[in-house]
Amino acid sequence: MFDTLTDRFDGIFKRLRGRGRLGDAEVGEVLREIRVALLEADVSLEVVRDLIERIRARCTGAELSKSLTPAQQVIKVVNEELTATLGGETFRLTYASRPPTVVLLAGLQGAGKTTAAAALALWFKQQGRHPLLVGADLQRPAAVEQLRVLGRDVGAAVSSEGTDPVAVARKGVDEAIRVGRDVVIVDTAGRLAIDEDLMEEVRRVAAAVEPHYTFFVVDAMTGQDAVRSATAFGEALELDGVILTKIDGDARGGAALSVKHVVGKPIAFVSTGERPESFEAFHPDRMASRILGMGDVLTLIERAEREYDQVAAEKAVERLRSGRFTLEDFHDQLQQMKRMGPLQSVLGMLPGMPKEVRDAQIDDRDVARVEAIIRSMTPAERDDPSLINGSRRLRIAAGSGRSTTDVNNLLRQFKEMQKLMRSGGAMGAVARAGGRKAKKVKGGRVTPSLKDAGSLR
Amino acid sequence: MTVVLIVVIVLLLAVLGAGTMTVVRRNQLGGADRPPEPEVRDGDAPAQQLPEPSPPGEDRGTPSLDGAGSASPREPEPGTVEPGRQERAAPAGTRPRLSDRLGRAKSLLGGSLTAIRGRARVDDATFDELEEALLLADVGLPLTGRLLEDLRSRVRSGEVADNPTALLGALKADVIALFAGEDRDLRYAPESPSVWLFVGVNGVGKTTTIGKLAARESEAGRSVVVAAGDTFRAAAGDQLATWAERSGAGIVRGADGADPSSVVFDAVQHAAARGADLVLADTAGRLHTKVNLMDELRKVRRVADRPPGHVSEVLLVLDATTGQNGLVQAREFAGAVEVTGVVLTKLDGTAKGGIVCAIRSELGLPIKLVGLGEGANDLVAFDPEEFAEALFS
Repeated sequence: MFDTLTDRFDGIFKRLRGRGRLGDAEVGEVLREIRVALLEADVSLEVVRDLIERIRARCTGAELSKSLTPAQQVIKVVNEELTATLGGETFRLTYASRPPTVVLLAGLQGAGKTTAAAALALWFKQQGRHPLLVGADLQRPAAVEQLRVLGRDVGAAVSSEGTDPVAVARKGVDEAIRVGRDVVIVDTAGRLAIDEDLMEEVRRVAAAVEPHYTFFVVDAMTGQDAVRSATAFGEALELDGVILTKIDGDARGGAALSVKHVVGKPIAFVSTGERPESFEAFHPDRMASRILGMGDVLTLIERAEREYDQVAAEKAVERLRSGRFTLEDFHDQLQQMKRMGPLQSVLGMLPGMPKEVRDAQIDDRDVARVEAIIRSMTPAERDDPSLINGSRRLRIAAGSGRSTTDVNNLLRQFKEMQKLMRSGGAMGAVARAGGRKAKKVKGGRVTPSLKDAGSLR
Repeated sequence: MTVVLIVVIVLLLAVLGAGTMTVVRRNQLGGADRPPEPEVRDGDAPAQQLPEPSPPGEDRGTPSLDGAGSASPREPEPGTVEPGRQERAAPAGTRPRLSDRLGRAKSLLGGSLTAIRGRARVDDATFDELEEALLLADVGLPLTGRLLEDLRSRVRSGEVADNPTALLGALKADVIALFAGEDRDLRYAPESPSVWLFVGVNGVGKTTTIGKLAARESEAGRSVVVAAGDTFRAAAGDQLATWAERSGAGIVRGADGADPSSVVFDAVQHAAARGADLVLADTAGRLHTKVNLMDELRKVRRVADRPPGHVSEVLLVLDATTGQNGLVQAREFAGAVEVTGVVLTKLDGTAKGGIVCAIRSELGLPIKLVGLGEGANDLVAFDPEEFAEALFS
């Protein structure tokens, strides 16, 4: 998500770059474009106005630093204001001194509450807690059954006893105390903000379980209604934060920018996929830099820390340094990387990626094909690809179900990268490959440019 | 193949991920090892669930058939109460109207355009307010710009009178005109069974819409089979089974994680064998950006269209709260599976669903049905006039 917004800002900033001084007229033009970009990203009208005014005040004011170019100044201001609007500080969760810590989820139908409940349970487990899921959605057919299945998948117990949501929720908390669970996550039925009866019901559920945290769950694809609903829920319940779901699509995330602003509560978590493990704590500053196309390395590193096998990783780095990185290592890295999520989503977090690369559609099946080719090689071949002659090539192609051209492509690309790494060290190679223009390296060799790669399809 | 990109990225990550790890490790001065791996590692492999016991004589093992009307297909889940929402719906026999449902939303919004009506003349502020109303309804900037530009020139030429009421009336007429010539009928294939396929992103209300349509079509005297093609979301099949039971429609289900195409295939076979008229095929919600899932959907459509089945409707279900992304969704789904119409759900809340204007004007897709609540009767034909009225209420 946020990609299209990123593109828009990219375009606006690019045009600024050539300018010397920025007069009021230029600033006005830039602000108009930012307004269009924000509105098309479903940012609430009210928030857009507010944001534009604040940026205008700062861009035309005396605040601008002399050492920065106009473009840099505007980018800096926009970045700071976006960060402020997105929520400033990162949400911090503290546990109740007397367990269980009770978490209540509320929101419209189809926002993703049940999926988020299971994901949250998994997240708590990763924090070393013992969550209990409570299915208080008695409205939608089979909602409780869905929670039971998800609970089983993430290894969290599910409680749903009774025929009234309030009683179910209360019993759930009692059950948690009885069996010694320290976190209770209450999933409620989806409801419209204007449905008085149901809003009253969720109010009673909240009164019965006295949640320590009440999260409003909202779909990233929501339009201007996000603000209206969030306001209504905020009036009925004491919200502590927002869970933003389905941000793995190409919705531009305006809801993210708006909801915090109107509810006055930070976005606490985002769900980046349908599976419970695609769920993470939200960092407003990182999201702002992602919108501005500056990547999100911190999240990437966190994911790497969570998913990477440390010993293997160190070995790989060592081999990269010494230039002895083989196809076997490459294959290992591929496995590690797959655990961090789809390549596409990882790509969006890398800084300095040209638009062409960010936009490239990477089908994870292509990754599987690369794997298949490598797996069809003998250990000796993986260690030293120069062994691979014509007949071996045919065998590998047949074994992996690919054509010899595919095998050749992979080998050639791998060789190029190896050379690069030897010539300039791993970091250098990566920096150059990631760079926009660097098509040539010291030796005058043409390196595979990412731009070309992006346009291959 | 995007081999180049993959090679580059993997290496990038190898350096980035592994490199920072060593730094982190060093900073920790060889402190505690990594926290233990979370217990639940791989959600990729759906728990191998045994399919419901299939009646003997089935040619395939996976999907099971729950005959309509016969013994209760499933025991009700403990704690899953029969939703009592129908009581909240309009009394049986009368279909709810959008305008009936608007009363509730109106009080909350307080009528954003009251200021306009109070003015004597049309000026820039009037147009600003109209722009605001359209943007707040999620009509989107490009279409809003076009509508207002056109209106402005008509006011200038005197075609539209220079007073706010006339202006608002003209704008409403323009919105209604967007939907002129729309064919909103739901199509049946000349030969049974017809297949209606339901597609859309996650959480828009596909399963609920099918539940309502199953009730409606059964009521109209057609024999209906629903295909629980959402084999991904936990208990989606159970949800559909509850609806099928209520309406007396037959249901064909697959094991969790089964190929949706096979479930739809079996549903069509089952419908043909039973002489049923209509198959309503559910699919798992999917974001239109997921190439592999869109491919899967293409396959479902292909398989459903194989004789004896005939796909006569592919309905894109769209949540009224959807913002500008709705247009992209519609474009992608239409490109993948030849969408024949749109179902706009959850219009009974504060959301206006203005994005369908853009969808209609850009892609020419007809808006066929509107969801106004959770009851079986709360699915009605789209009415442009009521919709336009609601847009500015």
